[in-house]
Amino acid sequence: MSVQGPQQVLELAKVGRTFGEGATAVAALRDVDLTIDAGEFVAVMGPSGSGKSSLLALAGGLDRPTSGAVFVESTPLAGLGLNELARLRRRAVGYVFQDFNLVPTLTAGENVALPLELDGVPARKAHRQAADALRQVGIPELADRFMDQMSGGQQQRVAIARAIVGQRRLILADEPTGALDSTTGQGVMEVLRSRADAGAAVMLVTHEARHAAWADRVVFLRDGRIIDQAAAMHDPTMLLTQAGL
Amino acid sequence: MSIRHSLLALLQDQPRYGYQLRVEFENRTGATWPLNIGQVYTTLDRLERDALVARDGDDGEGHVVYSITPAGQAEVRSWFAAPVERNNPPRNELAIKLALAVTLPGVDVQAIIQAQRVASIRALQDYTKARRDTAANQRAADTAWLLVLDSLIFQTEAEVRWLDLCEARMVQQAQSAAAAGARKTPNGAMEDAPLNADIRR
Repeated sequence: MSVQGPQQVLELAKVGRTFGEGATAVAALRDVDLTIDAGEFVAVMGPSGSGKSSLLALAGGLDRPTSGAVFVESTPLAGLGLNELARLRRRAVGYVFQDFNLVPTLTAGENVALPLELDGVPARKAHRQAADALRQVGIPELADRFMDQMSGGQQQRVAIARAIVGQRRLILADEPTGALDSTTGQGVMEVLRSRADAGAAVMLVTHEARHAAWADRVVFLRDGRIIDQAAAMHDPTMLLTQAGL
Repeated sequence: MSIRHSLLALLQDQPRYGYQLRVEFENRTGATWPLNIGQVYTTLDRLERDALVARDGDDGEGHVVYSITPAGQAEVRSWFAAPVERNNPPRNELAIKLALAVTLPGVDVQAIIQAQRVASIRALQDYTKARRDTAANQRAADTAWLLVLDSLIFQTEAEVRWLDLCEARMVQQAQSAAAAGARKTPNGAMEDAPLNADIRR
C-alpha cells in the first residue's frame, strides 16, 4: 500500500526552541532547517542534550517552536488551534517511543485502532485498518493479545502499527529500539524502512550508528544545530575500497 | 589474510588448477578480496616447494592440476584449529591520526572526529543497504557475502562508537582543564588548555 501525498511531508524552517528566560534560558534548538520528503528515511544523531528529542517533538506538533516555522504536508502548524493540531497529529503523524506507550488493558488490535476511533472512524472500519497495520508489521496473529502476553519486540511492533495505521504520512520514532535486543531492534528498522519505501516520510532519532545506517540521510545535531549530513553513496564498487580491502 | 592457507583449504576439497582456485576462492568469500592470478601461482610454487602440495600433471587442456599432500592436510587442520593471531594488529591509521592530533597544538580534533564520523556512517549506510538487498533475494551462494558484510558492519559500527568515546573524553578533558584554568584566574596564572580551542566552538 503506497501512501499518496505531496512530495515534501515535513519542513522545519529556521526553527528555534528556547526553554526558560533571561539568564537561565537554554537554547535547545537554533536555526534548524530540515525537510523530509515522501519516501525518505532520515535519522537524527547527536550526543545527549544536542536537541534530538526537542526536534522530534516540534516536528510532530507536540511542542511549539520559539522561532521559525514547522510545516506538515504544507500546513503551517503555528496557524492551527489545539483541536486542529490534535486532529492533524491523529491523522497524519505517527509516533513511536522507546517505552512503547501502549495501553495495557487493551488488546494489540484495540491499541492500534485507538487513534482512529478517537478520530471518529467507525469501530468496524477502525479494526479492519488496525488488522491491516498489524499485518504490515508482521504480527497479524497477535491482534487479540494483551501487552503482558507479548515480548518487548512484539509490543514495539504494535506501537509501530499504531503509528502507521490509516494513511499516516509522517512517522516519528524516538529511540524505538532502546529497550530491545539487537535482532529485534533490526526487525524494527526493517519495518520503518519498509514504511519509507512505501512512501511515508520517516524521522528516526537514535544514538546507534547501526540503526541510523538504515536511513537515506543522517543528520548530525550538536548544541541545537545541524552540523553535518551524510547520505549513502550506493556505489557497491566503493564498498571494498572504503573497507581497505 | 592468508592466501596460502586459503588455497590449501580449497585443495583439500579436491585437486584444482590455478584459475579454478581463484574463482572458487572469490565465490566463497563473496568476491570481497579479489585475488590476482599471479599471486595464486607464486603461492602454489611456494606450497610445492614446502611439500604441502604436489603437481598432479595436466588436465588434458594444458592446466597444471595441484593436489594437497598429507603435510598440507595437517597444515590446514592446524590453521582452522588456531585462532587468528592478534599480536600483530594491522596499522590503524585513524588511531594514529587522532593520537597525533591530540598531542599537537592548533589541530581541530573535533573536526577530525566529525569528518571521520560522517565518512564512517556513510560507509555503514552502504554496507547496510548492500546487506538488505542481498538478504532480500538471498541465494545459497550469498551466505558468505552476508557474513562478510556483517563483519564490515560490526567493524564500522565499532569505529563510530570509538569516535563517540574519543569525543566525549575530549569534552570531559577540556571541561576539567577549563575548570582548572578558572581556579587559577584570580592569581592571573591562566593555564593554557590546548584542547579548549578545539572543543569550545
